[in-house]
Amino acid sequence: MTRRTWSLRLFEALLPIAAVLLAFAIGAVLLLALGENPLEAYWTLISGAFGSVAGLAATLTKMTPLILVGLGIVISFRGGVINIGGEGQLIIGALGATAFALAFSSWPGWLLLPLTLIMGALAGAFWGGIAGSLKAWLNVNEILSTVMLNSIALLLVNWLLRGPLLDPAQKAAGTNIPQTAAIPESTWLPRLIPRTQLHAGLLLALVLAVLVYFLLWRTTLGYRIRTVGLNPSAARYAGIPVPFYVALSLVLGGAFAGLAGAVEVMGLHHRMLEGLSGGYGFSGIVAALFGKLHPIGLIPASFFFGGLLVGADKMQRAIQVPSALITVINGMVVMFVVASDLYVRRAKRRYSAEAMSSIGESAAPPAAGDGTAAELVP
Amino acid sequence: MRKLSLFMGLLVVVAMFIGACAAPVAPAAPATEAAEAATEAAAPAGEPFKIALIMPSTTTDYSWSQSIYDGLKAVQTEMGGEGALEIAVSENMFQVADAGNAIRDYATNGYDLVIAHGAQYGNPLFEVAKDFPETSFAWGTTTNTGADQGLANVFAYEPAAQEGGYLNGVAAALLSDKNVIGVVGPVEAGDAKLYINGFVAGVKATEPDTAVNVTYTGQFGDTALAAEAANTQIEAGADVLTGSAQQVVGAIQTAKDKGVYWFGSQSDQAPLATDIVVTSVVYDWTKVIKDMIESHNAGTLGGKVFTMTLNDGGQTMVYNDQSTVPAEKMAEIKTAVEAAAKGIQDGSIVPAK
Amino acid sequence: MFEQLFTVTAIVGIIHSGIRLATPYLFASLGEMFAQRSGVVNLGVEGIMLMGAFSGYYVVLITGNPWLGLLVALIVGALLGLLMAVISVTMQAEQGISGIGLTLFGVGLSSLLFKVLVGSPTGVSGFQPVEIPVLSSIPIIGDLFFDYEIPTYIAFLLVPISLYVLMRTTLGLKIRAVGQNPQAADSLGVSVPRVRYATVIFGGAMAGVAGASLSIGIIDIFQENMTNGMGFIAVALVYFGGWRPLGVLAGALLFSMVNSLQLWAQVLNLPISPDFAVMLPYILTIVVLALTARQIRQPAALTKPYERGD
Repeated sequence: MTRRTWSLRLFEALLPIAAVLLAFAIGAVLLLALGENPLEAYWTLISGAFGSVAGLAATLTKMTPLILVGLGIVISFRGGVINIGGEGQLIIGALGATAFALAFSSWPGWLLLPLTLIMGALAGAFWGGIAGSLKAWLNVNEILSTVMLNSIALLLVNWLLRGPLLDPAQKAAGTNIPQTAAIPESTWLPRLIPRTQLHAGLLLALVLAVLVYFLLWRTTLGYRIRTVGLNPSAARYAGIPVPFYVALSLVLGGAFAGLAGAVEVMGLHHRMLEGLSGGYGFSGIVAALFGKLHPIGLIPASFFFGGLLVGADKMQRAIQVPSALITVINGMVVMFVVASDLYVRRAKRRYSAEAMSSIGESAAPPAAGDGTAAELVP
Repeated sequence: MRKLSLFMGLLVVVAMFIGACAAPVAPAAPATEAAEAATEAAAPAGEPFKIALIMPSTTTDYSWSQSIYDGLKAVQTEMGGEGALEIAVSENMFQVADAGNAIRDYATNGYDLVIAHGAQYGNPLFEVAKDFPETSFAWGTTTNTGADQGLANVFAYEPAAQEGGYLNGVAAALLSDKNVIGVVGPVEAGDAKLYINGFVAGVKATEPDTAVNVTYTGQFGDTALAAEAANTQIEAGADVLTGSAQQVVGAIQTAKDKGVYWFGSQSDQAPLATDIVVTSVVYDWTKVIKDMIESHNAGTLGGKVFTMTLNDGGQTMVYNDQSTVPAEKMAEIKTAVEAAAKGIQDGSIVPAK
Repeated sequence: MFEQLFTVTAIVGIIHSGIRLATPYLFASLGEMFAQRSGVVNLGVEGIMLMGAFSGYYVVLITGNPWLGLLVALIVGALLGLLMAVISVTMQAEQGISGIGLTLFGVGLSSLLFKVLVGSPTGVSGFQPVEIPVLSSIPIIGDLFFDYEIPTYIAFLLVPISLYVLMRTTLGLKIRAVGQNPQAADSLGVSVPRVRYATVIFGGAMAGVAGASLSIGIIDIFQENMTNGMGFIAVALVYFGGWRPLGVLAGALLFSMVNSLQLWAQVLNLPISPDFAVMLPYILTIVVLALTARQIRQPAALTKPYERGD
């Protein structure tokens, strides 16, 4: 590592922070207009997300589904598929896991718990696979199908939660709250810190992030998915069955989103209910792209974005600003951070151009597939 | 660099636009001032009672969420303002996990009563309630106070929406000339389902031959589809409409444009369309809230179930005398509704759930 | 058992509702189609629609003038389109994510402004249905086609105009060239950024109008988050339409007609579960596209930022 590389790395790390600060600065104008003290507001946000055990636990809890959905997004986008169906895939995954755990509740925990996770992933994979197959073999654009499938999933679950899957206790009580019965305790993921919602799903998410890294950059399968994503015609020329890998990237994307749903059920709610997701499909995309579509980069990105969401809620509670203000700031953070990436790419190009000219032919161009911004654009 | 400065310039413009829009009205932001004033006033006059409210929608949704917020505000005024009762609100908590964080955080921060105003919030509420035995919690719509889990600090509330629905049904049946009435519902569940069942029963008890057509939009917040559902009802012959959920704002507006009468539910919906809203069955939360505060202060932190019926004043019928309904018709409606209300109160009429 | 659907009232009613429901989709989708034709996917349509809906509504609330409201919605939409263009064309940011950022921004800002400036929903008198003289008095046909608010007529007029501009003018040729092969277009002297700025700003303006067509046209009221995902459906319909104006029209009409059909099926108490009925528009849109999509080819440079001298 030369000094130049380090300064480049530093620039790359600092620039998103500058973009966030810019968004906060504009947010400060809004806060002032609402008659609030911006410094106090932002201090609440930061300390709310990272400043206490409870806050940090909430951030880490939020981070878990973001990583899992994000991993699915990383695979899909790397495979050249714009998957905005995380929302529907997550809901269907949660549904599949819950239905399975309830149906086989008498099975021993050591068997039921992993199978429930797998069923969640399979259900999500199925939902992603619909969009994947439609794209691969019937040329149906994935943005269209995933948008529609999100709505269908939501309506389907609404119906199932009031009818076939309604908690018998609710039916008996006549209250009819749309939720299922609680899944057996043997399938609950252990809580990591008492009096918080933080559960073992986080560890699973972290391990899977590493595994996805190996999958994408250390296996033939991953290599093929990325090749199809980068250049489908070259992939076709190289003999890779492109439609299969297109479908596969949506199947895998759905599997991870579905797993996120299963983990939310098993770690947090212990049953399927309305309002389980509420936007993780989109937050996951944001986290994935903040993490530069890299499974490992996704971890700090999810931590940051999860913290932003948790801190923003805290800000709403502590100083009673409308939640809409926080949505505005989040929107600006997202826009500015992606926009700022241009300067990183420019700096990199300048750096590699200089390196090329000074070292001459011996310097290799940045290796394709190292997962950095060079190949950010899906 | 030129492009960067262009970008910055644009941002400043946007920021100024936003600032300019927001600035003139800023001093009127009530909730925030309320919170500040409350903390200032707290020290000398003794601690105010602190209530936190977690809601799935907003305080201005003209339905479920607004009705309880209005109730809290009324109680606050009655108790003597922010110095006596401090209110904190978390709006748009459609994600249950976020609501869970909010419930725990409010409890941690010393709120006396934390209200989870949505059936979906039950699981996190019970979880937190176990950890904070000194704090009162409230949950609706349910009759479950968690007593079977050993909890003694959870209140439960469930409006008997079918009762108010029945009254609106009686009134609507009398008003419909074409004997066709339309209902714009969200999802066939919970409060909306109770209301609609009661409404249909009320219509049928009054005018057995009147048809009641029900459309569900499948969602709670699809204003445009609710508006079009109302249109469909009108084109199919309905001359009187009702509905439930926050999206009916769109349906009411359609009814107003077409000059078709509307019967409101949950909150008083007359301000939306003075001419055509005939009555609204309104949830009156003040009694429930006051009861919870008094119980808490007396050392009973939970365990009570509030059903919110016509009998206990949890639901009231609000007549809109400024509607274009002729006075003699309105009098006829009032008489019939009051008779039905009496019947429900003395048990001779039991609207099906 | 479906014979109730085949009455004049029901058929006229279904078409009537379908045309009204299609209005916002037509505006937003046609605008987005131009942006995508030049190579930019704008997923921020939802946010822009809400900002258009709010600003149009607010202007009508204050001034009572729906035309002014429509104009302001158009300008606000164009400004947000400009923001999207800066981020996605000049800054070459990933388009999907910047659009999601823009959506969050618009959803939040429209509710915030509504909360601060208006408070609680109040109806306005926006555009009223215009009955076109003579034509609207023709039985049935008159009811069907000549009894809508102004924005609905504009939306449908936009279809042939878009078709003409896209296929028959130099501007249209430039747009298509930039979306298909920006390098070649550039070498022929077409400014790729300028064309993309124009289409994305136009798309934003149309999304703004789409929002206003609800808040001051069809419904005449604003409510927080009132578009409820329509913006994403509108983007989806561009894909359905295969980037062609007539295709977009077909998609918007299919989606809306099925939606009005299911509302009518419920009103007429047909033996269809409402739970299933509400899913129909989404399912049928996918199914129809699956049966017809073989021939569709997307603009080659879609989602790809362009930088000279690469």
